[in-house]
Amino acid sequence: MARDKALKLLNTRDPALKGLLEVPEEEYMYSGHNACPGCGAAQAMRFVLKALGNQTINVLAASCWSGIAGVFPYSALKIPVLHTAFETAAAAASGVRASLDMQGDKETVVLAWAGDGGTFDIGLQALSGAGERNEDILYVCYDNEAYMNTGVHRSSATPYLAWTATTPVIHPQDRPKKDILAIMAAHRIPYAATASVAFPHDLIEKAGKAKGIRGTRFLHIYSPCTPGWRYSPELGIKIARLAVESKVFPLYEVEGGERYTLSYRPRAVPVREYLRLQGRFDHLREEEIGLIQEEVDRRWERLLRWCT
Amino acid sequence: MEKVILSSHAVAYAVKLCRAQVITAFPITPQTAIIEKLAEFCATGELRARFIKVESEHSGMAALIGASSAGSRTFTATSSQGLALMHEVLHWAAGARLPIVMVNGNRALGPPWNLGPEHTDSLSQRDTGWLQFYCESGQEAIDTVIQAYRVAEEVLLPVIVALDGYYLTHTTEPIDIPEEAVVDEYLPPYHPKHKLDVADPKAFGGFAGPELYMEFRYKMFQAMEEAQRVAAKADLDFRRLFGRGYGLVDPYRLEDAELALVAAGTLASTAREVVDARRGLGEKVGLLRIRLFRPFPRAEVRQALARVSKVAVIDRAISFGHEGIVSQELKAALYGGEHRPLIYGFVAGLGGRDVTPEDLEEALDRAGKEGPEEEVLWLGIRL
Ligand code: SF4
Repeated sequence: MARDKALKLLNTRDPALKGLLEVPEEEYMYSGHNACPGCGAAQAMRFVLKALGNQTINVLAASCWSGIAGVFPYSALKIPVLHTAFETAAAAASGVRASLDMQGDKETVVLAWAGDGGTFDIGLQALSGAGERNEDILYVCYDNEAYMNTGVHRSSATPYLAWTATTPVIHPQDRPKKDILAIMAAHRIPYAATASVAFPHDLIEKAGKAKGIRGTRFLHIYSPCTPGWRYSPELGIKIARLAVESKVFPLYEVEGGERYTLSYRPRAVPVREYLRLQGRFDHLREEEIGLIQEEVDRRWERLLRWCT
Repeated sequence: MEKVILSSHAVAYAVKLCRAQVITAFPITPQTAIIEKLAEFCATGELRARFIKVESEHSGMAALIGASSAGSRTFTATSSQGLALMHEVLHWAAGARLPIVMVNGNRALGPPWNLGPEHTDSLSQRDTGWLQFYCESGQEAIDTVIQAYRVAEEVLLPVIVALDGYYLTHTTEPIDIPEEAVVDEYLPPYHPKHKLDVADPKAFGGFAGPELYMEFRYKMFQAMEEAQRVAAKADLDFRRLFGRGYGLVDPYRLEDAELALVAAGTLASTAREVVDARRGLGEKVGLLRIRLFRPFPRAEVRQALARVSKVAVIDRAISFGHEGIVSQELKAALYGGEHRPLIYGFVAGLGGRDVTPEDLEEALDRAGKEGPEEEVLWLGIRL
């Protein structure tokens, strides 16, 4: 009861926690998984599975999740898991789907799961193929903005001017983050959306909505990484929240490749507040923060135009 | 039912008869006629299968890994560059112990660009854990694809059925298409013991450290050893039901031979002519065609060559820095046996260069000499 009361209180005060009471209590992930403390990727899976339920098969491409999911003979998930090669999440999931279809099972959700490296970079071709064929799969990219499993190496999801082990502070990431949602929208798939582990209700709602749609569905989930972003574990959710509030990572949906809808109107916190909590941006000078702010504002305006 | 058809179409008929449920297709010469025919079968409903038009061979194999893991019978066809692109996932398919069947239209790798038949593409995949059969005729192709599913599903390893590009993929011959009911008797539906199943959730392919990884590999090794026995039995059972069989190796006039040619694929047909011609001259010459290359049928090879004093291997392949690939395998197999004939390893016919009876005559003549003039012998070089 006390818990319910507390939740109700949270529910009314904090827009990010809106609807938390409706979050399904069922867990499809065991607590003994291998993620670091404060890992967004682990929370992303937990929330997505809450929405999808146990009639789900997970096709897991090489990523931190290959380790989080457990070492043989253990599994951290209560659903079937197919571990697969780095670039093959969408292709292997297409095959699982076809196989289930042939066996008369049209209901089981085939969940392709990959990190940003497996999605933005090495798996992009297979993902594009699956999207173009409009395979009946739900593809989730948990985006921690670098190859974390190998030791924090840049990917094409790494944000402008961020440090990684392959973009040292004397030569940080020099190109803007690839716009994966625009790429997926260009495939005119029925559903694509961004989500964040700091907005669990929105995330669960989107995963649930995606579950009810046929064809290729794509969820891009913002997932903080403790060692990769260099923050103290308890700050992960706060950083994810600030990413949305500062418009660095807006929450929105794209239906049919054309209809853009904003899911949440951010409070327009300066990007500085988001950046300064993370060691990967420690080296930024004021004018560089200014550049990032300008770019964020410009892209936000563009998104608003699309969301008319 | 006998039909005059392309060998590539014969493969498609085999896939249909085997009731493959998921097929992936990406075009590459010279296997395209296989997937074209299968596209037609799937479109007309003659074959009830999902036909996935993937964006690359790599995805084609990855999709079959998913499909097979979820319990369906699967097929794809590829060639050359396509097979090379799949390399990573070939290891994955075998490591995951998935009975995928794939036809490879043998073709040389670039550069220089070339479309001609050569075995280097599939032979260089020998360490991936796939079984490999090399066919000599369209009839053998259709029959071997059917046998391949039987063997693959029993030992839980994937199989490549190799057809020489053009020489086989593009030739038409009268082919006996097996009766559906008899194929059903020969090949029961695929019901794997373990598969992706929401009612019985399991994780497949997760991390295994050094304390366990090696045992996974040892099990694969054992399955591959077992595959020799299983393939031999599958061929015998096939012979019983269909009146045709091929053996793991295919000896020809070897009983009293002193000198043996060894070859794989369509080259064996030319070699047989040459053997007959030499026999006509009173020479004790024979031929051993290697049909199963992986697992390498050591015992059968040793037995077939137990009495010859010299062997001339004609390889349509090369492993740079060493020699022809079949030649290496043969040497390794015979070294472990009691009888060790002198082996002359010839490289010939790369990139689709014709290997003529004259070339094989030359090989026999050169093998008639004291010993090989060089470790690696080339036939027909025009420098
Ligand atoms: S390295 Fe980052 S993404 Fe990987 S488990 Fe740790 S926190 Fe999660």
